[in-house]
This record gives sequence, structure tokens and C-alpha cells, in this order.
Amino acid sequence: MSNTLNPAVAASPAAQLNARATTRSILQAAGMLPVLILLALGFHFLGGHRFLSGQNLSIIAQQASINTVLASGMTFVILTGGIDLSVGSILAFAAMCGLIVSLLPHLAWLAVPACLGAGLLIGVFNGALIAGVKIPPFIVTLGTLTAVRGLARLMGNDRTIFNPDLSFAWIGNDGIAITSTFTIPWLAVIAFAVVVASWFILRRTVLGVHIYAIGGNPSAARLAGIRVGLVLMFVYAASGLLAGLGAVMSSARLYAANGLQLGQSYELDAIAAVILGGTSFVGGIGSIWGTLVGALLIAVLTNGLILIGVSDIWQFIVKGLVIIVAVALDRFRAPTART
Amino acid sequence: MTLAQHTQCDTQDGTPLLHVEGISKTFSGVRVLKDVSLIAYGGEILALMGENGAGKSTLMKILSGAYTADPGGEIRIAGEVQKITNPASARALGIGIIYQELALAPNLTVAENIHLGSELRRNGMIDRAAMNEACRDLLKELGAPFGPEDRLSTMSVAEQQLVEIARALHRDARILVLDEPTTALSARETDRLFALIRQLRAKGLALIYISHRMDEIDELADRVSVLRDGAHVGTLEKHELSSARIVSMMVGRDLSSFYEKDGNHVRRDAAPILQVEGLTDGRRVHPTSFALRPGEVLGIAGLVGAGRTELARLIFGADAKTGGSVFLDGKKIEIRSPRDALASGIAYLTEDRKSLGLFLDMSCSGNINLGVVERDSRMGVLDQTKGRTRATGSFSALRIKAQNMLTNVGGLSGGNQQKVLLGRLLETGPKVLILDEPTRGVDIGAKTEIYRIINDLAAQGLGIIVISSEMAEIIGVSDRVLVMREGHLTGELEGSAITQEAIMSLAVGLASPSPIAA
Repeated sequence: MSNTLNPAVAASPAAQLNARATTRSILQAAGMLPVLILLALGFHFLGGHRFLSGQNLSIIAQQASINTVLASGMTFVILTGGIDLSVGSILAFAAMCGLIVSLLPHLAWLAVPACLGAGLLIGVFNGALIAGVKIPPFIVTLGTLTAVRGLARLMGNDRTIFNPDLSFAWIGNDGIAITSTFTIPWLAVIAFAVVVASWFILRRTVLGVHIYAIGGNPSAARLAGIRVGLVLMFVYAASGLLAGLGAVMSSARLYAANGLQLGQSYELDAIAAVILGGTSFVGGIGSIWGTLVGALLIAVLTNGLILIGVSDIWQFIVKGLVIIVAVALDRFRAPTART
Repeated sequence: MTLAQHTQCDTQDGTPLLHVEGISKTFSGVRVLKDVSLIAYGGEILALMGENGAGKSTLMKILSGAYTADPGGEIRIAGEVQKITNPASARALGIGIIYQELALAPNLTVAENIHLGSELRRNGMIDRAAMNEACRDLLKELGAPFGPEDRLSTMSVAEQQLVEIARALHRDARILVLDEPTTALSARETDRLFALIRQLRAKGLALIYISHRMDEIDELADRVSVLRDGAHVGTLEKHELSSARIVSMMVGRDLSSFYEKDGNHVRRDAAPILQVEGLTDGRRVHPTSFALRPGEVLGIAGLVGAGRTELARLIFGADAKTGGSVFLDGKKIEIRSPRDALASGIAYLTEDRKSLGLFLDMSCSGNINLGVVERDSRMGVLDQTKGRTRATGSFSALRIKAQNMLTNVGGLSGGNQQKVLLGRLLETGPKVLILDEPTRGVDIGAKTEIYRIINDLAAQGLGIIVISSEMAEIIGVSDRVLVMREGHLTGELEGSAITQEAIMSLAVGLASPSPIAA
């Protein structure tokens, strides 16, 4: 991308500098998008032209959706300089709550609110310990990661709960049909809606400004009159609530929930998506669009590696290395992200 | 190693143990030390004095090997020219430094701290028994009330300081620099430290004692060297020592004209805009009372650590008070957090804009609007038009120079960063503005503009408090000056009584021309 082609721009050094800054900021905003596109093209040609089919793309969208929702919550948290390790466990716990409620004869309609409520509850619990008692987020959510997993197993006596007549199963299995082979799954629609809502909060509201401020400089945030505790409360509550939404999506897809296996290590995929998306691990810098690209990148990798016949064991190795290499490239591209 | 075994530093022939000659130090084009020369003999205590920023700590860091001096000067130890290139070479030359903030590991024992970096080993494993033995006698000789096995975390500051001294002696220090060693000590601990210092003097060590306290200098020093603006202004021999002379050597400097203000805007007939009564945090700020009138610029002077910033933070609600009250426009207000203070109209410009003030990854506009986004928003949604208007207004009123309003504030010069931060405070529409070191780290041009802004704001009727360590600045901008020392207000100066000598005397606790009743 050259900006010297336009003579009018080249004429004025200031304008040229400005244009270069704009180019750089576009590149920075694009982040991992080129990598995502290259990867998709690579899989397409390596995998016998099956990757970029309507059917496969809608599968990828579906596969990426739950992680996108969790990663959106994680974006809020990491932007404040925190971390939420408990989202996978919250998802399992909330799904168990939802499934149990869905089996109650007259209260089945409360299943979705139960999922969301359960997620919110644990999120508020995390937030209260972090903002109120001032325990480091890593420790609090490491604790709830374990404890809430236990709760999830306790709820179903450590058995899988089925509901073949799940009222909200359409969320996980239907979609908006575009052509005969390509449908946009509701899961993907929900995920995209969450991303748009997160973007609005982060970029268009006072709360968003305060989230970035706290991640950028917590001491200055307090001296600037920001209610740091309340904002932290919000981000962990939001992360919990979105994990609850993830539970709705996941149980709708499976007609079932299992306290032991559901959501295992989902927190790691969510964190990976946020980091791949270019959000600074110490907070203050990042965007929700980056997170979306990061989540898609992970889904594309998983799907593409299966498609070209890479074994399950090698998938782990390749995925892990890609995360490291991608972020290393990112550092190379923008060496001074922070002054 | 014991003190008795310690090298007898022979000064009979008159060769100084430490002879610093023509040392300079330049930081990014600014010369902070200019041709400094200093002589310290074995068996004497040389006091090193100077106001904040005079270059004492830079000189000390050169001696410790933390900085390397500019080429040109030389350092002679016991008559021989030596190069100090790093902390290890400084140690090898027998220079020991006791910093104000102790550099010890609290989780280790006394012996482990004394041997830090030179641990004794046997068969590749650490030999604790040998390390304990190696320093037991030395500790006994120093009169330490603890043994080599004691852990630092269980000990008082005074005891930890003793460990520092023991460590320096264990490494054969012949020249010992003590940087304000008594700031955290009680009177009795100070007496004990002085006895030890005299004991070390008798052993023939050269002691360089840095302090702001005139009474300590009177009691301890054999000679006094004074630094001012990075240069050595003179050394007084024992028989010439007088507090008044030291003070005049520390301050003797002309005021520049750019501090001039266009008259006094104090509205004397008006009721005080801010009243502080008995405000205290029970530790660093003793009960403090004063009043501020609209249009008044009140300077708060004092040496570093006098409690000025702490007082400002108490007023602003950044730290918790333990007593006292604050009145704004005659009404008592309860301030529990900076948020409360801002809401009632008190704004505070921090002395450390990078770590406590600005959001370096945010745009200028974002930083300027941060204090008012909530006020400007509709149901929590940002009003971007208003934000742009405010940023544009700030840019032109404060003459902020940046590529545009969306440039990250981290890339601006110190002066422009300071103006952005000032812009944020002013957007909140304060009645009282507390400026803590408002021109620290900004260039001369921005400095002048900040003085102009202060003057304009006073003319508009704001009450302004300026905390500054720069004597000329305090005198130039203030209508009235309060001087603090060790957490107390020690004096108040007004009009022609505001002189460098008067401020310095009050700051070091020399005399009190107009003491404020508590």
C-alpha cells in the first residue's frame, strides 16, 4: 500500500506523514485479518477446494460462535488488565442450571433466563472479590474455575442431563437460509450481535472509555474520578453473563449438559482469541473486532486442519505454535505498541 | 572482618581519601553536574548540602557507579586516579553508599544480605554457617542488637540501616556516603546512628553525610560542601560553619524575569474559597490549617519529603485523612475520594503526570474529555460532538501543540502532555486548582505558558495552590507562600517577605520569622 502515488499527497510532507499514520492505523486495525484470509485460502487449495464452500463456512461460523461470545466478555476483562479463567466452568454450571430448569414441568420457559442468571451470578461473585476485596483476578478466577466446575458436577450428580424436547434447541440448530447450501446459523447471528453490542459499549459509551482508562493506567483512573470498582464489577459480571449466553448456545446445540466435560478449557480458547486479536495483555489497548478475527482464526485452524487430514495430536501442536507465531509477528509489525 | 582489622586510612600525609575533580554529567543535552570538585579526608565527616535538584544524588550515583561521569574530570582514591565504571568497581575501590531507601532483601537474613552477590560456598552449595560467622564479630562491634541469623523483615528501619552499614564495612568500604539517613529514624535511633558515625570517623573512614537538617549538620559535620544548580559553590571549614552562611550559599541565585505576573488578583474582600482545618493523615501530615482566597496563588514550598504532596492528596481525597476538615465556599464538604473532590470543584494536577495523570495510549481528546465524559453523556452514551468541541477549545486556550486531537498523548513533549492534563482539569470547571510541580520536566517555553495560564486562572477568580521545589518558581508565581517541613507548616510569607533565604530557613528549620499557630 503506497501513499506516494498521489502527487497531491506527496507534495506536502505533513500530509504525507498524516497519510502514513493513517496507513499504519489501518494496518493495525486489520491486525490478523490478512493472516486469516491467507490461512483460509491455504486450506482451500490444500484441502481439495472444499474449505471455502457455503456449507463449510456456515459450519465454521457455528464453531466459532460460542468462543466469540466468551472472548467478547474476555475482551472487556483483559482491556482492564484483568483475566477471567472461570468462563469454561461458568458455561458448564449455567448449562446444567438451564437443562435442569428446562425439565421442570411448568417452569421450562425459565431455562434461558436460568442460564443467563447463573452466569451473571458467578460473574458478580468474581467481580465482588476482585473489586471489593481486591484479590488479584488471576487468583479469584482460578479459584472459581475449580469451584464452579465442582458445582456443575454436583448439580447433576456428575451425570449428563438430556432434554430431547428442549424448547430453545432451534438456537443451536437452525439458521437463516440464504441459499440451498448456505445458511447463517442463529449461533453466528447471536455471536455477531454480541460483538456489535460490545463494540457499542467500548467505543460509544462512558463505560467503554472508563474500561480503556483503567486498563491504561489504574492509578490515574482513580485520580481522574473514575469509579474503578464499579467498572471492574461490570466487566466480570459481563464476562459471566456472556458465559451464561454461551451455555444457552451450547446446550441448545447438544440438547444436553454435562458438568464434567462441557466447556473444558474454553477459557484458553477465549484468551487466545483476544490475544490474537491484538489486545494488550496488560490492558488499555485492543478492539472487539480484533477479538472476532482472533476467534475466527482459531475456528478456521481447527476446521481446516481436520479438512486436510491432520491428526488430532498434531492439531494441538500446530494451533499452539500458530498462536505464538501470530503474536510474535504482531510485535514485529508494531514494535512500540506502548510508550 | 572487624573494625579493628579495618584498613587504617592514613591521612597524616594530608592526602584526601576521596578527591573528585572537575566531574560533569550531562543527560540528553542538559548538564546537571558542572565541574564539581569535592575533597573528603579520612577521619572526618563531610556534610554535602544543597536544595532539591542541586545535583547531590547525581554526584552520589556517579560515586556508586550507577552513572558514569562525562569524560574530563577525574576521581582520585587515596591519591591514585581511578575509574568508576559500574557498581562493582565502586565497591572494589572501597566506596559504600547507604541510600535513603534501603536496598536490602527483606525475606533474607542479616548474613545473607551482607553477603548478597558474594555468597560463600562450599562444594558449590551455599555455606550459611560460614556466612554467619564471617559477620558475627562485625555486628557485635557495631553494637547491633541482632545476630546474623535474624531475618530483615522482623527488624526496624534503624536496624536495617545498620545492616546496610555493616554490609558496606564488610566489603572494606573506606569512604561511606550516607544519604539522609535519619529521615525515618526516631530521636533515640538518630543518636545511636550518630554515635556509630563518630565511631567510624575515629577509625579513619571518610564519611560523606547528605542531609537537609541544619541541626544535624551543626552536630556532626567537620566541613560542609554546598552544591547549587549542579555546581560546587563552596566548602566551609569547621571554624567558618554557620547556618546562615550555608543557607545563603544554597540559594544565592537570581530570579528570571519570566516569572513576572501582571499584578495580584487576590480578592481580599471575598470570603476564603477553600479552608483547611487541622487536616492530618496521622503520619506524614500533621494537623494543618490554612485558607485560600479567590484569585489567590498560594505557593507551598519545602524540601522533598516535607509532606507537600501528601497534604495535597489529603485535600483531594486521594489518601485517607484521619482528622480535620475541608470547607469550600464556607461549607464543610466530605471528600472520600478524588471523585468527590472533583464533583465539589477541587482539581489536582499530580506531580507525576506519566504514572498518575495521563493515559498515554489514549488520544489527546480522550485525555482532555476524561473528566467530563460522564457529565456530557446521554444515558451513558458518549456525546462525540461535545467532546470534539471541548478538545478544540482546550487546544486553542492552552496552545497545545500536537499533530491533531486524536494523536496519542504518549508521543507529545513533556510540556504539551502537561497542558493536556491541565486541560482535563480545567474542563471539569474547578473552583480550586492544586498544581503539584506544574512545570516539572517541561521546557522553558511551555513553562512560561503554564505561568501565563496560572495567572489567567487567578484573574478569573480561581483559588490556586502551587507546590514547587523550584525556589524561583514559588517566588515568581505566588501571592503568598506557606513553607512545610517534616509534615508541619513552619511559616507563612507574604509580599516582600517572600525571599529565597526566608523560605530556605523555614524549610530546613533554621528560624521562623512568622510562625503559624497550630
